[in-house]
Amino acid sequence: MGYQYTIWIVILPFLAFVINGLGSEKLPTKISGWIATLAIGISTFLSYETAFQYFTSPSGEKIIAFKTIWLRFNDTLHIDIGILLDPISVMMLVVITTVSLMVFIYSQGYMKNEGGYDRYFSFLSLFSFSMLGLVVATNLFQMYMFWELVGISSYLLIGFYYDKPSVVAASKKAFIVTRFADMGFLIGILMISYSTGTFDFEILTKPEGLSFSTTSTFLGFSTITWALLLVFMGGAGKSAMFPLHIWLPDAMEGPTPVSALIHAATMVVAGVFLIARLFPLYSAFAPHALGVVAFIGAFTTLFAAVIACTQFDIKRILAFSTISQIGYMVLALGVSGYGGEAALGYTASLFHLFTHAFFKALLFLGAGAIIHAVHTNDIREMGGLSKHQPFTHILFLIACLTIAGIPPFAGFFSKDEILAAVLTTHPIYFGIAVLVAGLTAFYMFRLYFIVFWGKARNYDHSPHEVPAIMLIPMILLALGSMFTGFIPFGQFISSDGQPLVGHINWPVAISSVVFALSGIGVAWKFYMKESSASDNMAKAFGSMYTSATKKFYIDEIYILVTKGVIFQMISKPLAWFDRNVIDAFMNLLATKTNWTSMQIKEFQSGQLQKYAFIFISGVLIIVLSFIYATR
Amino acid sequence: MSLQQLLLMRHEWILIASVLILLGFELNFSEEKKSNSIVVAAILFAIVTLVGFLPAATGSIFGGMYITDPLRILMKNILNLGVLIVFLQSGSWLRTKINYNRVTEFYLLILTSVIGLNFMISSGHFLMFYLGLELLTIPIAAAASYDQFKSKSAEAGIKLILSAAFSSAILLFGLSILYGASGSMYFQEVKFSVDLLQVLGFVFFFSGIAFKISIVPFHLWTADVYEGSPTNVTSYLSVVSKGAAIFVLILLLVTLFEPLRQVWQQVIYGTAIFTMTIGNLFAIRQQNLKRFLAFSSIAQAGFILLGVIGGSALGMASVIYFVLVYVFSNLAAFGVVIAIEENAGKVNMDDYNGLYKTNPRLSLVMMLALFSLAGIPPLAGFFGKFFLFTAAAEGGYYVLLFIAVMNTIISLYYYLLVVKAMFINKNDLPVGYFQSDYFTRVALSACVVGILVVGFYSPVFEYIQKLCFNYFNL
Repeated sequence: MGYQYTIWIVILPFLAFVINGLGSEKLPTKISGWIATLAIGISTFLSYETAFQYFTSPSGEKIIAFKTIWLRFNDTLHIDIGILLDPISVMMLVVITTVSLMVFIYSQGYMKNEGGYDRYFSFLSLFSFSMLGLVVATNLFQMYMFWELVGISSYLLIGFYYDKPSVVAASKKAFIVTRFADMGFLIGILMISYSTGTFDFEILTKPEGLSFSTTSTFLGFSTITWALLLVFMGGAGKSAMFPLHIWLPDAMEGPTPVSALIHAATMVVAGVFLIARLFPLYSAFAPHALGVVAFIGAFTTLFAAVIACTQFDIKRILAFSTISQIGYMVLALGVSGYGGEAALGYTASLFHLFTHAFFKALLFLGAGAIIHAVHTNDIREMGGLSKHQPFTHILFLIACLTIAGIPPFAGFFSKDEILAAVLTTHPIYFGIAVLVAGLTAFYMFRLYFIVFWGKARNYDHSPHEVPAIMLIPMILLALGSMFTGFIPFGQFISSDGQPLVGHINWPVAISSVVFALSGIGVAWKFYMKESSASDNMAKAFGSMYTSATKKFYIDEIYILVTKGVIFQMISKPLAWFDRNVIDAFMNLLATKTNWTSMQIKEFQSGQLQKYAFIFISGVLIIVLSFIYATR
Repeated sequence: MSLQQLLLMRHEWILIASVLILLGFELNFSEEKKSNSIVVAAILFAIVTLVGFLPAATGSIFGGMYITDPLRILMKNILNLGVLIVFLQSGSWLRTKINYNRVTEFYLLILTSVIGLNFMISSGHFLMFYLGLELLTIPIAAAASYDQFKSKSAEAGIKLILSAAFSSAILLFGLSILYGASGSMYFQEVKFSVDLLQVLGFVFFFSGIAFKISIVPFHLWTADVYEGSPTNVTSYLSVVSKGAAIFVLILLLVTLFEPLRQVWQQVIYGTAIFTMTIGNLFAIRQQNLKRFLAFSSIAQAGFILLGVIGGSALGMASVIYFVLVYVFSNLAAFGVVIAIEENAGKVNMDDYNGLYKTNPRLSLVMMLALFSLAGIPPLAGFFGKFFLFTAAAEGGYYVLLFIAVMNTIISLYYYLLVVKAMFINKNDLPVGYFQSDYFTRVALSACVVGILVVGFYSPVFEYIQKLCFNYFNL
């Protein structure tokens, strides 16, 4: 049996987008949710079918399930569009459709009383379509197109409540920052295709079939290194790596299920997926670029974890936690080698991507359930919710334990692999990673204790448990968080297609669990009961704490650079030049033309004798000029 | 002379027959029914146009005085299309109270002029040519003063007839010099060479045709006559009569005056620059739309000279194609002006402010027409200009081409002024909504179809090009 049916995985959400987008006026409002959910449901089923078929068949080869030439420029240069199935794209199909389906179901409860219900589901379907198209892309150009589609649908969804100024600002910020990063991505794509003559992943990811000049060209790096660094810039933009992370916390202005789908489980890991997709290139031709990737990953994971400890907005804490976890994945890719045991980082990174999707989506949906009940994002106005929302409480606790890396939950296994991979290559990064494991446990349980225990606040009305339609997806995701860790991931996914046997690295496991438990312990001590310990801590760290609450002033630096330097120093002089030189020249031409037109109006006097005079003068001038010329 | 030979003059015979039939109807209609001529004339001319497209034999008769070949037939057919549209557009104007009992006069005058035009294009002898030219012009002078109660119309008539007489005199003077130099009036027999006397004769002769095309500095009658004449006559003058003169000019230049190529290329080079520039500079300041279109048509004539100057088959094809496009575009613009003049009595640009609000369809037609005249892709006018410019580039006239491109920019400005008036400018008292009569709507639809189809449907240009290459290879 072939894989032709996989095309429907991608097309169905698109159909849902079209139907909901065009028919919103004519269809009953509530039906749009069901159309979208049905479409993604069938996609999910087909993805599972594909995964089962693909992973049970012996070969781990790349399969082109569908391919057509979309734009043909000439015989060598053409842009294809198609579906490429290989272990990572199949794995991504499963992740995306699963989380999408959960979020679609959940949204039917969460968005029930919101305006623009059909618009919401149409955008959400567009997003799923774009994301699915991105992961199955057969070539860089198709990937880039869907990459941009993902960006635009993310922009539309962040700006869903478009009548709030802060929402509009957030959506613009997300779009502009990621677009800026994508500029690098595009240049990188062009450089790669220029030097290889192809966009095709099949050729690009066979390092033995390619040859690059690795001699340094510009600033000591070779062309391919620069190209791959620029590609990473695009990935860093979507994956919110430092210093392009600034849009993600603001993106939390969007509806919470959107944050769960886009800004936790799928779109933000597109950068990781991109590096994994091109990993053979990175590994074979650009070890320097991989070094940069590892450094950015390590720095971001620590940086974001520290900020997460000081925030009070529940969704922003989760946002920084997401940045930190993606930092893990990027770090693991950065330290990985190609083939064999050295490639543990590659497998670990994608494993963590896989498990993270479940528990982070669960955390966001849980946060949504909390916000749904108490109508605020500020954790200082929450407390004692374990009484009011017992189910949400249990589910949220599972998610917290998973992200903290407590066995036997999934997070433990994937994080352990990452730590093991980092330890064998970079001891310093290992130190950072273990520290972050502790910090992660701390900030997650700080959140957990404040929200679910702590002192109950005065709520306007008693918080209530969320309806079943929201609980069921959360329960399913919780099952995923609990059990996906037992999947022998290395059997299926590795850098070179050979099975990689994963095993628990006990010293690493024990140290990380100890760090995690102590994080939880500190959080319990500080926040279980109302205590002044945390404030004292904050005072002890002083300015360090303040700058962490202010997210290390990165936003302010951006403002300074854009407003102060770029606008003032470059844009304004350019605008002046445009107005006073270019425009003025054009205006001069126009006024001169008009002036000439005024000057010659006497010719058209209306007097016939003058006309005759000019007529005969014209004839004579022509004749005389010929007489003069021939003389 | 056999019947078959006489049938070579099919276009002319059927036109003469139409005139006679129309006269017969005129005599038999009662005083109140005179306006029935509108329908009769439209049907008669539709038949004339259709018959023109039937396959026809080619050859020459009367010892070479009359020539017909596929290219000339094509030219006549293109102009016939223009005349048909003019006829359709004049219906509502002729039905008005002042005109209804002398409707037939208008058609008789125009039809007679068309007969002259056909003889002029088919002429193989200088006298034949001259007679055709006069037959083309004199009825139009009468038609220009058709509005008997308007002094402007009388002024237009008298100005046209006097200027035409003046230019004819100079043309005849040129002809007599050319006859003296070559000893024959038959096109097949005359052989010119570059000597000063013949150059002199050519320049005089050229100025006579240039007068009809409104080439600067022989254009001064244009604005006054266009403004004063009834608008339907103006549209005939600016499209059909001008188109015929251009066709004759290019036919004669590439065959008869081929030995003088050096001379006429220089003359056209200079006049083209002046024609484009002066036409545009005057068009910028016009408020009256009829004057505006008069100067715009002068500028368009300047662009056409770009195709003429190379004297190549491609140049010739581009000129014929451009005239075809110009017939549709300019008549669409005039059609809108006529419709608004008839219904609201307004011809100034300010009166068009806010027209889109009340008459969206008319505004859209006008916009298409002006865009096509300005040469905005993908309308036919763009391809027309594009081929003209290609022909000039092929001849290596890059400086001329640069000036032409500059002039297209200026022309874009004033064409857009009208579009801006219709679509953007506000008006407290816009022209009210009205529905034009059936004939006008058919005519405007035909123009719109022409503007779109001639541009997109490439076989049109290919056909013209094939005929031109055949003509050159004879």
